[in-house]
Amino acid sequence: MLLQVENIATFYGSSQALFGVDFAMQEGEAVALMGRNGMGKSTTIKSICNLMPPHSGRIVFGGKPTDRQPPHKVARLGIGLVPEGRRCFPNLTVHENLVAAARPGQWTLERVNDLFPRLKERHAQMARSLSGGEQQMLAIGRALMTNPRLLILDEATEGLAPVIRQDIWSAIRRLKDEGLSILVVDKTLSELLPVADRCVILENGKSAWSGKPADLTTELQDRYLGV
Amino acid sequence: MILTRENLINLILAVALLAIPLIANAAGQPFYITLATRVAILALAATGLNLALGVGGLVSFGHAAFFGIGGYVAGILASHSFSGEPVLFGLSGTNQMWIIWLVAMALAGFVGLAIGAISLRTSGVYFIMITLAFAQMVYYFAVSWPAYGGEDGLSILVRNQFPGVMTMVPMNFFLICYVILLVGIALFAVIRASRFGAALQAARQNEVRVATVGIQPYRIRLTGFVLSAMITGLAGALFADLNRFVSPSMLSWHMSGELIVLIILGGTGRLFGPLAGAALYVAFEYALGGITERWQFFLGLILLLVVLFARGGLVGLLAGKAKHG
Repeated sequence: MLLQVENIATFYGSSQALFGVDFAMQEGEAVALMGRNGMGKSTTIKSICNLMPPHSGRIVFGGKPTDRQPPHKVARLGIGLVPEGRRCFPNLTVHENLVAAARPGQWTLERVNDLFPRLKERHAQMARSLSGGEQQMLAIGRALMTNPRLLILDEATEGLAPVIRQDIWSAIRRLKDEGLSILVVDKTLSELLPVADRCVILENGKSAWSGKPADLTTELQDRYLGV
Repeated sequence: MILTRENLINLILAVALLAIPLIANAAGQPFYITLATRVAILALAATGLNLALGVGGLVSFGHAAFFGIGGYVAGILASHSFSGEPVLFGLSGTNQMWIIWLVAMALAGFVGLAIGAISLRTSGVYFIMITLAFAQMVYYFAVSWPAYGGEDGLSILVRNQFPGVMTMVPMNFFLICYVILLVGIALFAVIRASRFGAALQAARQNEVRVATVGIQPYRIRLTGFVLSAMITGLAGALFADLNRFVSPSMLSWHMSGELIVLIILGGTGRLFGPLAGAALYVAFEYALGGITERWQFFLGLILLLVVLFARGGLVGLLAGKAKHG
């Protein structure tokens, strides 16, 4: 098992956001973490990365519990996060954004540039001057440069032009085909479901449903994901 | 290297700093050589601070500690070499500059490690205050240390030596300082362009984001702080040799402030910002200092103008916006 999230409860100060999220991921699996707004998807991701350590429950990654580990150590276990909102280092160049994160492994600057040729064209440009789509590509590239065992994408295509979304989704599909484990949060079901091996749905901070995308009926979609 | 406007300005600054003492030497005006040497040494000290402040965003108000430690290493080793008494554990003093430089860098780096290890656990105004407090501790220690002159300071009777060079000749000593400054600036450029430099800048921009890519901001900053202290310490050793005198004033908070002023005047984070700042500062000190004792009032006005209207300092004003911010 690559990742085990065991019944975690997480608090923002005194208000509780997660009440028992529970799921697991195998190596090489692509899991879609789903749910309406405010159901705890991003908080779950922050808990996995120990940016918001769970109050109770347990997270085990690659056989090692992540509790009491600072976020940089959790990242070094092999978790690459692409945070919500295209968060690059704005005052560094594209090249510097990528090399700052680099750790040895099969993902090198050449491979990232091959996955996103636009980044190669813009390597000397400041990240703040990139378009939204390019910044998202940079955020994914930066996470890959850490050579993760698990790539977490939080709303990776939100607010992007359709043509850029296609580029990002085709990159995600390529990463999955190469065997990378991916945990993805996204609202575009038509793109998300074909990529995912399994779906985990959260409702009110709890795991509500888990299963194959094929089993996610319209009824279930209406119940858990409809607005 | 691409010849951008900034590179051209850097080249002009480097050539001008070399040309002025050469002309002064030809004209038989050694005083200007001493002024240029002072510029080179202050620029080196500020280059050290620029690594912490300009690249890492660490506003250290305690870099005088490293500058002074470098100075005292030069003074103490030279005085023991002169008297023949051992310094510590039977080790004798030395008047060889390169040994003094290594000891100054090692000691400044060690003290930088201790100060950084504690102060980097804080940030913002607390970081500024803690670095200031540590520097003041070193200052008062020097003041109350009669063995090495206490408040009166310590004289270096004969300038320390460098193999094959008559260091008492002002032009020769200038050239030593000039070469070291260029090496210091080159080192700064290499560090800034490295993976470590990118991580140091990234940690300045967003600590949490840096952690999520597996970088521990604290360790990166501590390494940057120690490297910064070592460069400033080396400059301190040269400064003591220039004046052939070291006193607690090298350790005072005025000195820390002066180094920050040099960087702001020249351009924070700019490769040649410290040199531009030091040149401007020394030129002001010389030109206005001859007219009025209150020349720093006018320097204050200039600083105010720079902060309000030319955030990139002198280099930024001439070369345009920085690539890094």
